[in-house]
Amino acid sequence: MKKPLLSIRDKLNPINQRRLDTFFSNPRAKWSLWVFAVLFVLSLFSELIANNKPLLIAYDGDWYTPVFVSYPETTFGGDFDTEADYSDEYVRELINEKGWILWPPIPYSYDTHIADLEQPAPSPPTTKNWLGTDDQARDVAARTLYGFRISILFALALTIGSCIIGVMVGAIQGYFGGKIDLLGQRALEIWGGLPVLFLLIIMANIVTPNFWWLLGIMLLFSWTSLVDVVRAEFLRGRNLDYVRAAKALGVPDRTIMARHILPNAMVATVTLVPFILTGAVTTLTSLDFLGFGMPPGSPSLGELVAQGKSNLQAPWLALTAFTVLALLLTLLVFIGEGIRDAFDPRLVTQ
Amino acid sequence: MMTNTDSAEQKSSPKLDTPLLQVNDLSVAFRQGDSISEVVKKISFDIQQGETVALVGESGSGKSMTAHAIMKLLPYPMAFHPSGEILFKGQDLIQFNPKQMQKIRGNQIGMIFQEPMTALNPLHTIDKQIGEVICQHRGINIKQARPLILDLLQKVQIPNPESRLKSYPHELSGGQRQRVMIAMALANEPRLLIADEPTTALDVTVQKEILHLLKGLQQQENLGLLLITHDLGVVKHMAQRVLVMKDGELVENNECQTIFNEPSHPYTKSLLQSAPSGTPADIASSLQEDTAPLLTTSNLNVSFTVRKSLFGKPLERFRAVKDANIRIHKGTTLGIVGESGSGKSTLALAILRLIESEGEIRFDNTLISDIREKHLRSLRKNFQVVFQDPFASLSPRMTAEEIIQEGLNIHNPSNSGNTETAQPLSKKEKEQRVKDVMREVGLDSELRHRYPHEFSGGQRQRIAIARALILNPALLILDEPTSALDKTVQVQVVDLLRELQQNRQLTYLFISHDLSVVKALSHQIIVMKDGEIVEQGQADSVLSRPSNAYTQQLIAATLP
Repeated sequence: MKKPLLSIRDKLNPINQRRLDTFFSNPRAKWSLWVFAVLFVLSLFSELIANNKPLLIAYDGDWYTPVFVSYPETTFGGDFDTEADYSDEYVRELINEKGWILWPPIPYSYDTHIADLEQPAPSPPTTKNWLGTDDQARDVAARTLYGFRISILFALALTIGSCIIGVMVGAIQGYFGGKIDLLGQRALEIWGGLPVLFLLIIMANIVTPNFWWLLGIMLLFSWTSLVDVVRAEFLRGRNLDYVRAAKALGVPDRTIMARHILPNAMVATVTLVPFILTGAVTTLTSLDFLGFGMPPGSPSLGELVAQGKSNLQAPWLALTAFTVLALLLTLLVFIGEGIRDAFDPRLVTQ
Repeated sequence: MMTNTDSAEQKSSPKLDTPLLQVNDLSVAFRQGDSISEVVKKISFDIQQGETVALVGESGSGKSMTAHAIMKLLPYPMAFHPSGEILFKGQDLIQFNPKQMQKIRGNQIGMIFQEPMTALNPLHTIDKQIGEVICQHRGINIKQARPLILDLLQKVQIPNPESRLKSYPHELSGGQRQRVMIAMALANEPRLLIADEPTTALDVTVQKEILHLLKGLQQQENLGLLLITHDLGVVKHMAQRVLVMKDGELVENNECQTIFNEPSHPYTKSLLQSAPSGTPADIASSLQEDTAPLLTTSNLNVSFTVRKSLFGKPLERFRAVKDANIRIHKGTTLGIVGESGSGKSTLALAILRLIESEGEIRFDNTLISDIREKHLRSLRKNFQVVFQDPFASLSPRMTAEEIIQEGLNIHNPSNSGNTETAQPLSKKEKEQRVKDVMREVGLDSELRHRYPHEFSGGQRQRIAIARALILNPALLILDEPTSALDKTVQVQVVDLLRELQQNRQLTYLFISHDLSVVKALSHQIIVMKDGEIVEQGQADSVLSRPSNAYTQQLIAATLP
């Protein structure tokens, strides 16, 4: 793990090398980053970890991968032309006669309703259902894994989108100043005054909100948080001597903004990013909790919190939701603190 | 003004047995990550009661670090002292804890900083700022301190001290601000005064007054004075003893007269000889008069809006440049002199079309004041600029090569888009041009992949000059290109500029507040004051027979 990191380090300029070193010399930030990276990469492969389809089937001398390809039941000598239901005892026996099945560690997907529960749902943790089941007899461990992934992907998409729009708007306002800046600032104030939650509730009545709808609406309002810092950096930056020198060379405005001032503004941006990320995770969770978020049935941490609240007799629901959210947010905040410190030139490292 | 009898008196006064301040083997080092860099290396010196000791050296030689170490103002624990002791009245300050140090700072040892604008808090009146120092150490309230404050302001010769009590720093002139700083430093009758470049940020005419005041006060109160400066003229007038520092080491420690008359260390010798000299580059007389001027401005005005009405209508305007008419002939240098705030840099920015202006600017028979920025861009390569501060004018995130090449990328792009005037250059050709121009300005072309912070001030200024030269401009505007540099480097840069002018037939618009530098380069001189051109003419006639009263004052204050 050390080698490729070092070769990237050599390509950076000395300032960034020092920042990288500062970040990795902070053990809390470093370990948070590794733990988060491992969890995130694992959750990206949720389909291979928690699925109601087997990873691999050996049947009659042939190999089958039901996770990726859909096979009709007739392939394995069944009766129907529809996709094989591998949780069905009949299908399993058919396959086991002429081969074997390799199951993922959690043999349920996020939307698998488990039929053969020993207790009524929500059932407590067992060796089969590590974290128990929810009130619709779905495996909590599988739902948490998928929910974790969707939370992070949503937060990442929202953060990247906000950064691109926010930096662009802030750069234009700060660089050109004057009327553009004045109008832009007033427009931002009005925009910031719009009630986001209210809009989401209205939207939920018109369309069924899905991942992209939510992302779009949230993006409309979350980009404003970066504008102010970037604008301030550009206001300062446009009067720097080297920016003036570039202007005197005849460098076009776009190039000046991108090459000469943006690197300065990136410090403020990068410092804010982890905190926007945590904010986005929290937002999605609370929307799901209130029922205005992802469509019903989709795995989400917020929905798990809501289930925990309505099923207090099943504490594993609330406990799981709490633990996962707390872990995720703590990791992100620790990473964010590490990045902030790495970009702080005044910090004394001892 | 400063008579020799003054220093003679000082010498004959009885010296105390123990010096006021005794620095033994002092080292200052900085820790960054795992690396440790030593900036002051084992220096030792004494300061007696009533003695002025000057600490001389170039920027980066560690003189300010030494002063800050005495006050313990360094960023501990990033900074630390591997060795040494600082004995003040026999007590080792290095062993003091922050609380004990607070009792020393501003009480026993006073300090004057270089930049009076930033050293004073802009949000407090001056009586509050001086009063704070007094109340802190004497345990009295502000009302009781008022007579003391008035007394101090009188001592530092601020006119009408009563009316000035409630002024904010921005309402005072630079010289008055520095006087307030001195009053603050003297507020608790310290025994030792440390002055860190007290006059560097001031205009020449004010510098003289402040030095006079400092010397008077020092003798009156029998203070020990540690004067940090890079200006040897100041040292000559003020100091009894001189310490010369170079690269963190004390290379010479001697009586003032000995240093000036028979310096022993080669570095001291080079420091003494480093005054910009020589005459402007020779020009063929045909060039000067007969041809049409390269640049002319007529009635050029620059004004800034100070106050606006609710609807954005300007109510009050500050005129930074008033009706400037200048003309420069090809191959000559026009020097512009004036104090800070006289509008000389503003004039340069207006000619470069980097700020809005009214009036005509004609460059090479093209009226550039009316051309839109979009069309002006292709013309920009003909007039280039070098700014004052080489630390601020180079982007810290680009290598020297990228910085120098930037102009070429704009005016000779390698992938030929719409190239109207210039021919496209391949990557190789561009690299070759960068190497050539670096060699021309005296830089090793092997260094081109380094970042600006790895270069010295003089080298950075050479990079800035190279960046301007690579486009082959006809006119080079130099906005105080030497004033942020050390004296020895200044000389080199002035020599380089003269050489370049001769080789390339360059035309310079040279802005400076330093008459000796202007004298060494300019054929024509313009003197500016408050936005107005008060005098202009041939360099030697302006310098030897100034007709304007202000010019006379300026010349009297600078040239020895």
